[in-house]
Amino acid sequence: MSTSTVRSRKPRPISTALYRHPKGRLAALLSLPMVWLVGVYIFSLVMMLVTAFWTTDPFTSRVKPGFTLENFTQLATVSAYSMTALRTLLIAIAVTLICALFSVPLAVFMTQVAGPKLRAVLAVLITLPLWAGYLVKIIGMRLVWTEEGFFNWFLQPLGISGPGLGVLTVTFTLVYLWFPYMAIPVYAAVAQIPENLYDASSDLGARGLRTIRTVVTPLLLPSLIAGSIFTFSLSLGDYIAAMYVGGSTQMIGSIIAQNINLNPPLAAAFSFVPIVLIVIYLSAVRRTGALNNL
Amino acid sequence: MLRLNRGTKIGLAIVTLVVLVFMYVPMFVIIMNSFNSGKVPGWPIPGFSLEWWEKTIVNPAMHAALLNSVIVALVATAFALVLGTLAAFALQRFKFFGQHVVNLLIVLPITLPGIVTGVALSNTFFQVLKPMGIQVGYWGMIIAHATFCVVMVFNNVIARLRRMNPNLEEASADLGAGIGQTFRLITFPQFRPAFVAGGLLAFALSFDEIVVTIFTAPVGVETLPLWIMNQMARPNEVNQVNVVATIMILLSLIPVYFSQKASAAAVSK
Repeated sequence: MSTSTVRSRKPRPISTALYRHPKGRLAALLSLPMVWLVGVYIFSLVMMLVTAFWTTDPFTSRVKPGFTLENFTQLATVSAYSMTALRTLLIAIAVTLICALFSVPLAVFMTQVAGPKLRAVLAVLITLPLWAGYLVKIIGMRLVWTEEGFFNWFLQPLGISGPGLGVLTVTFTLVYLWFPYMAIPVYAAVAQIPENLYDASSDLGARGLRTIRTVVTPLLLPSLIAGSIFTFSLSLGDYIAAMYVGGSTQMIGSIIAQNINLNPPLAAAFSFVPIVLIVIYLSAVRRTGALNNL
Repeated sequence: MLRLNRGTKIGLAIVTLVVLVFMYVPMFVIIMNSFNSGKVPGWPIPGFSLEWWEKTIVNPAMHAALLNSVIVALVATAFALVLGTLAAFALQRFKFFGQHVVNLLIVLPITLPGIVTGVALSNTFFQVLKPMGIQVGYWGMIIAHATFCVVMVFNNVIARLRRMNPNLEEASADLGAGIGQTFRLITFPQFRPAFVAGGLLAFALSFDEIVVTIFTAPVGVETLPLWIMNQMARPNEVNQVNVVATIMILLSLIPVYFSQKASAAAVSK
């Protein structure tokens, strides 16, 4: 009979204790990640940001602890720095908009126009560059857009010459790098739209483009925002792309990298700019629940 | 069914074509340049040669860099898997004060610029820990990589946990299984696909990472991206980079193939 199994149950002290103390379970789960993230990462961030209030002695190049807002005033007053910050912000916004602009028609094509086989092929083609490598893509873009590159060679018969290395190429490269981060969530979202919504829309008299504009796109908002988190923050902090395809273009990261050895407090002060922007963006976006869709 | 007229369909197809051309021409140019008989990469290439393939495949510096990349990625992924899974369980199963802050904390390392993370961590390793006598060395890279890889595992696992049925675990406990046993036999098999997917993404992210690695790598140690970057500064050997890039493009077909099979299997379930 089954009563014998109940009597011979193994005592499990740890499992029982944890079952009775949910807070204990939570602490057991959360302690390791928290120690790591706060103890290693946040601690390092704070230590670095503290140095933003220090100064570098111009004669000895040694860092002097203290408290001064001089680095921050330099950020605001030296036009090269504030122009760079503005330029980087505009590039990040442009990259996000371009990625969104191309993701939506691509997703609509893949789900509504392409047959199932073509859709599977396209899904693979969109995901593949994600694995090819960051530097690989930057090198590829450099070879295409440089003065003797593919783009100029291709359009030579038409007499058009490309932008060369500069801000526009940096924007294109950043779009190339982060496009799958936007395209994949958008595609997944469009694929989940129920079919009868399209029927209802056309019953009410809307044609294709109007349906895309007023029915499909609002439903994509969460995934567009989730994708924008990547495209915005990754573009804001990037400087390697500018280094290889930007010519003399400076981004926030370039200035931080240039100053990191000679004037660490200034570099640390400059780091505040992307950190503040990104934290604001993440907090604003958190309300929409997009952080859960990453 | 979304009814689109002919013109709209053609327009959408053109957009798709533009996107595909934009994405694949650079890779095509790289692959062609790995066979470039000249020293300087460009377009069009003057002639075909296997010279760079021969040089690169036997290059010991490249082998060392590749090995470093693989080791760092494997260990960092292992850490990220543990930390990410713990955090995912904590945030999905419990409601507590500050859970949004914890979520933000996990996402932060990947959204903040790599240079900020790299400088901050290198400060701690070399200005704080080294004077205290703690040499992080190689582990510095691994710790840095694990920190921003956690979010990949976390997102995948928590998404899966949200769809999991908690009744199975309760049934298991009713039958007398302890927490470890339940996890091993009931819970883990259920979220294993997300676990693996997160691990793959974490591995790829770590393997590919360059900026944080620049700042946290010990002197003389190179990962593959670092090797590529240093190699590009040597004008006579640049095409070796294109060979490595071509290999990486070809190797990237493997995880894509697997992830397609995994998602196809998930759809058919």
